[in-house]
Amino acid sequence: MKRQQFDSLTLPYLLIAPQLAIIFIFFVWPAAQAVYQSFMLEDPFGLASQFVGFDNFTEVVSNEHYARSALFTAIFSGLVAFLSMAIALLLAVKADGILHGQSAYKIMLTWVYAVAPAVAGMMGVFLFDRSIGPLNHLFNATGWPFNPQLDVFDASVTVILVSVWKQISVNFIYFLAGLQSIPRAVREAALIDCRNGFRRFWTVTLPLLAPTGFFVLVINITYAFFETFGVIDTMTRGAPGGGTATLVYKVYQDGFLGADIGGSSAQSVILMILVLGLTIVQFRVLEKRIHY
Amino acid sequence: MHRIKLTDHLILILGVLFLLLPIWVVFASSTHRPETLLADGLQFGFGDYFWETYSAVLFENTGFTQTVNAVLMLKNSLILGLGFSVGKILISTIAAYAIVYFRFPAGSFFFWIIFSSLLLPLEVRIIPSYEVVSKLGMLNSYTGLILPLIASATATFFFRQFYKSVPEEILEAARIDGAGPFRFFVDILLPLSKTMIAAIFIIMFVVGWNQYLWPILMTTDESYFTVVMGIKQILNDLEGNRIPQYNKALALSFLAMLPPVMVVLIFQRWFVKGLVESEK
Repeated sequence: MKRQQFDSLTLPYLLIAPQLAIIFIFFVWPAAQAVYQSFMLEDPFGLASQFVGFDNFTEVVSNEHYARSALFTAIFSGLVAFLSMAIALLLAVKADGILHGQSAYKIMLTWVYAVAPAVAGMMGVFLFDRSIGPLNHLFNATGWPFNPQLDVFDASVTVILVSVWKQISVNFIYFLAGLQSIPRAVREAALIDCRNGFRRFWTVTLPLLAPTGFFVLVINITYAFFETFGVIDTMTRGAPGGGTATLVYKVYQDGFLGADIGGSSAQSVILMILVLGLTIVQFRVLEKRIHY
Repeated sequence: MHRIKLTDHLILILGVLFLLLPIWVVFASSTHRPETLLADGLQFGFGDYFWETYSAVLFENTGFTQTVNAVLMLKNSLILGLGFSVGKILISTIAAYAIVYFRFPAGSFFFWIIFSSLLLPLEVRIIPSYEVVSKLGMLNSYTGLILPLIASATATFFFRQFYKSVPEEILEAARIDGAGPFRFFVDILLPLSKTMIAAIFIIMFVVGWNQYLWPILMTTDESYFTVVMGIKQILNDLEGNRIPQYNKALALSFLAMLPPVMVVLIFQRWFVKGLVESEK
């Protein structure tokens, strides 16, 4: 906060009122509703509901589909974050190192950022299509009986590839900015002390890039959890057999398509707790581990 | 030394190809006839039917009610993108101003409420959000499409960070010259935030345009379809033909990404600055 501030009885309230109104109506109220409904059981016609305590939660947690979806979400998020960060870091390091054509590469590598996950998913549908998709033909030509309609592994490969593709640009922007903010003097000193480029990267560049890396990791996990909804809904709809449904997709499937309000709300609340936990971990790590 | 640089370029070129080739294939294939696509698969070369495909997609009505075309969906997406970004900037510049520049007892309490909205994305509370909007009678309306999306406070945070970085002396000087809160905001703070506003506007426009889940829930009336969610909805219609109209579906995908990509390309510098600044 500023040392110098204005004093006014009404003006700050007026200024903050629109934001607060929207947050109360479209955030606090629905979030409270989700918590409330997670303890209620509604009859199939939505006419009456009764308090059932933690029944919805125990039912969700003991459900094998849910466990499967949680496992898929963990593997999916881990792979999407790792692959898109690794590829983006490699490209950023190379783009940072070259002298000629850097801005051309920068432009070409960044604009995929603007493609919507759902549109990327639609592109994936065509590229992996059984009759017209070149990637489908390519995989088959290598002797892989590629069939994402029936095989969970193949379907997972398609959604992971598309999700990684879509996320590389953002990671590239952050990594390149992080690399370029490393002071010139530090780089030059490292260059004199350590001739081996690979070792220099591990011992000097990477530790200095840690704050950026951690921030990018958080963004990527959030992306893999929430924003990949568009990719999954356009490409697989959780098929085959719920094998590619992330936890967020399951909230939508069970609640909106399956009309199981109580169960879906319980899933929402579990996700809320998960996100809160992640945020707390994030602050802890930011405070302790990573030095600016 | 020279050889190392060559492999660097090779890696970068492979990266560019990996990112751009899929988009090129989608665009190139959209300029071929559906018969060609069905027989030979997606095409890597430019075809002869660019105008035929695109004029049909843009202007011919399709969908369940035979009333939607790409022009209508692009218009809806534009309204969503602009409404979202402008609304967010209007609300967040003044809310952040109140938080940073005013001394009021409930200030930090409000700040924490706003902060908490960052923790829970819309995706985890879709069903209750849908119920709230439907109770308010806002289904199938632009208000219902835009307002709930504005509830997340990302932009408020960017502006709060930015205002905090504005030197104290500026406010002192303005006060000595007799500027009140309104004058200070309009004549000094807003002009200072110009590039910040531009950067956030670009990012928010892209975020708004690219919304998918919320428009799906909100719109059952086809005249409110946005292009990003509309692709999926009318795909069934396109594929229902004797020969699946792949070319049109591909053209629609290309049209859906074109405006946000153009915005990012044209305003490249501001957009990168906005993203990087928001990290701090």
